[in-house]
Amino acid sequence: MSEMKKIKNLKEFSTSADRFEGANLLCPGCAHSIIVREVLNATNDDLVLSASTGCLEVCTAVYPYTSWDASWIHIGFENGSTAVAGAEAMYKALKRKGRLKQPERNPKFVSFAGDGASYDIGFQWISGCMERGHNMMHIVLDNEVYANTGGQRSSSTPIGASATTSPAGRVSYGEKRNKKDMVSIMASHHIPYSAQVSPNKWKDMVKKIQHGFAVDGPVFINAASPCTTEWKFDPKDTMTIADLATDSLVFPLYEIIDGKELNITYRPKNIVPVEDYLAAQGRFKHLFKDEYKYLIKEWQERIDDNWAYLQRREEARV
Amino acid sequence: MAFDKMELRDIEVWDGNFAAAQALRQCQIDVVAAYPITPSTPIVEGYAKFLADNYIEGEFVMVESEHAAMSGCIGAAAAGGRVATATSSQGFALMVETLYQASGMRLPIVLNVVNRALASPLNVNGDHSDMYLGRDSGWIQIDAYCPQDAYDLNFIAFRVSEDHDIRLPAMVHQDGFMTSHTAQGVTTISDDAAYNFVGDYKPMNDMLDFEHPVTHGVQTEEDWHFEHKARQHNDLMTKVLPKIEEVFKDFEKLSGRRYNIVEEYETKDADVCVVCLGSSVETAREVAGEMREKGIKAGVVGIRVIRPFPFAQIRDALKDIKAIAALDRSSPNGAPGMLFNEIAGSLFNTDTKALLSGYVYGLGGRDLTKAQLVDLFTELQANVDAGKVTTPLQQFIGVRGPKLSYL
Ligand SMILES: Cc1ncc(C[n+]2csc(CCOP(=O)(O)OP(=O)(O)O)c2C)c(N)n1
Ligand code: SF4
Repeated sequence: MSEMKKIKNLKEFSTSADRFEGANLLCPGCAHSIIVREVLNATNDDLVLSASTGCLEVCTAVYPYTSWDASWIHIGFENGSTAVAGAEAMYKALKRKGRLKQPERNPKFVSFAGDGASYDIGFQWISGCMERGHNMMHIVLDNEVYANTGGQRSSSTPIGASATTSPAGRVSYGEKRNKKDMVSIMASHHIPYSAQVSPNKWKDMVKKIQHGFAVDGPVFINAASPCTTEWKFDPKDTMTIADLATDSLVFPLYEIIDGKELNITYRPKNIVPVEDYLAAQGRFKHLFKDEYKYLIKEWQERIDDNWAYLQRREEARV
Repeated sequence: MAFDKMELRDIEVWDGNFAAAQALRQCQIDVVAAYPITPSTPIVEGYAKFLADNYIEGEFVMVESEHAAMSGCIGAAAAGGRVATATSSQGFALMVETLYQASGMRLPIVLNVVNRALASPLNVNGDHSDMYLGRDSGWIQIDAYCPQDAYDLNFIAFRVSEDHDIRLPAMVHQDGFMTSHTAQGVTTISDDAAYNFVGDYKPMNDMLDFEHPVTHGVQTEEDWHFEHKARQHNDLMTKVLPKIEEVFKDFEKLSGRRYNIVEEYETKDADVCVVCLGSSVETAREVAGEMREKGIKAGVVGIRVIRPFPFAQIRDALKDIKAIAALDRSSPNGAPGMLFNEIAGSLFNTDTKALLSGYVYGLGGRDLTKAQLVDLFTELQANVDAGKVTTPLQQFIGVRGPKLSYL
């Protein structure tokens, strides 16, 4: 059983990240670092971490420096999950053979990756890890874009967002397809736990991470990660944007246990219209032209529909 | 539950794949992450079966691709234990990205490569296309000519790769089907003696040492990348061959079998010489012997260590030869063969007056016959007699249709 970290209040929480340094090269206001901090804050256990190629990786381990005070590895864009799976296999082998240096330790195995590294190029590797039942957690830093390479679309980029490979232009409103539903796909591997989290709801996040660390087997976490640079908002507004994401239900917070039981873990008291969420970000600016207003209406319908669907699933326990 | 020892006869009849699998068992690999491909599959199947029968205590991770196989091996090696896998051809090609990652991170991993052609056209049989594809990936590459070698060289590969001065991954090559599926008598080493030879795994910068957390696989740009790569290359160039030589000597003490970085056969007084790799070395030696009976002073140089390439040993072996043929079992695709280039590079700036020509043979599993080698040695002798290369620089041996030759 993993050791839960008792954290009482936000101040204590925000100052207790001892394994991920504030010294890193991420943009001011980047949610990646906030999420990492929240995840690492959820446990006192030892950690074996990986990061796939992407903003988090290139900004936190630039030789001769490292922001990580925990075992950490980067191999490539697609295979961070499998690196952690390999390390977990080695842990099991050495434990059985009695060769661990600190046999009393109870490490947690975590791979961090962007949405590009997870939804697209790394999809197969993650699916393999989930299917094989490694005792590990894969966490997506879902900023809905390939940020590190300058803002190309991923299969997590939502309809209507302008990205460099799906730009809005004179005859285009940007991305044409809807975001891939990774949490459902991963839950369909019948893993013990999958969940969607957001950094503004840090208690909910910590609870889910602790749940994930406590179960035996693979865990998939999709974390909303507002990106100041590609979503185009002021760095001071990261948490405001995250609030808008969860409170408009663009990014609903829920968990799926054993691939079946769905629990909604946050119900906004006042659901805000999606328009507010879209209006706060430069990547959706063009949607407010008259000719694209219908898209905002469609956005709202999709969200309402999805919310109803999540609630039906919750009730039906399927 | 402790694992069981296996009683082996002094000589077992094993093919190259099973010989390699037995070596992995005796080295007590901690983690194998693998994906099947012909003709290397039986190696990891062997490991899985040994595990199922309690002859090993490790972990077998049956991943979903070769890229994942090497990714898992990298994670496992960084965690700190003995790691191995096997592949061939398309699987090897899919692994290439990760091969560079493994060597750049200085992780000891042993990869058994059962050499096979690369598609297209699809072909499951042996040639050296995959071996050559990996030649710049920063791995140590050692070549087995027969099942006995496939067994012995695995022990040697682990000893060299895991040495803390070296910390570079190593490939053990053998020829698809010609070696991997040909059963021969293999002189065995007992489980205890074999394990003692490779020794306990000694971790370094291991991720499972939580008192000393480490960062693996950092980012470097123009400020540091060159230094890292230069250091890696330097260690390959200066440290690996002396280490291999030392381990070869230790292995001879254990087994009585002597391996050499460059395997010379009748080269001391030879006029003409064939340089080749893999199972052809044995055929070439037999033909060279027969040529000598016909009065042609023939020799054979077998390359045992492909990377780092043994320039000095090659120079030494070939310094008095008058005509040399470099045999490449891979389509060079727009250049003289790899081996031709390496030999030429080794001999350049030396006093040699040797005439050098290149031959491409045996692609996609095509046999190299003794008759072809007789012709080849005869052609080399003709070059010696004429005092110049009388044939084109590059020729294809045994290909149907019009004779293919270039340059
Ligand atoms: C095999 C391979 N293809 C392409 C790239 C180039 N690349 C590096 S990071 C990246 C995008 C990363 O996006 P994401 O995973 O969403 O992470 P983010 O940077 O947004 O956090 C791309 C395309 C690469 N490194 N490797
Ligand atoms: S580009 Fe976006 S994801 Fe990348 S560091 Fe900046 S804010 Fe973070």
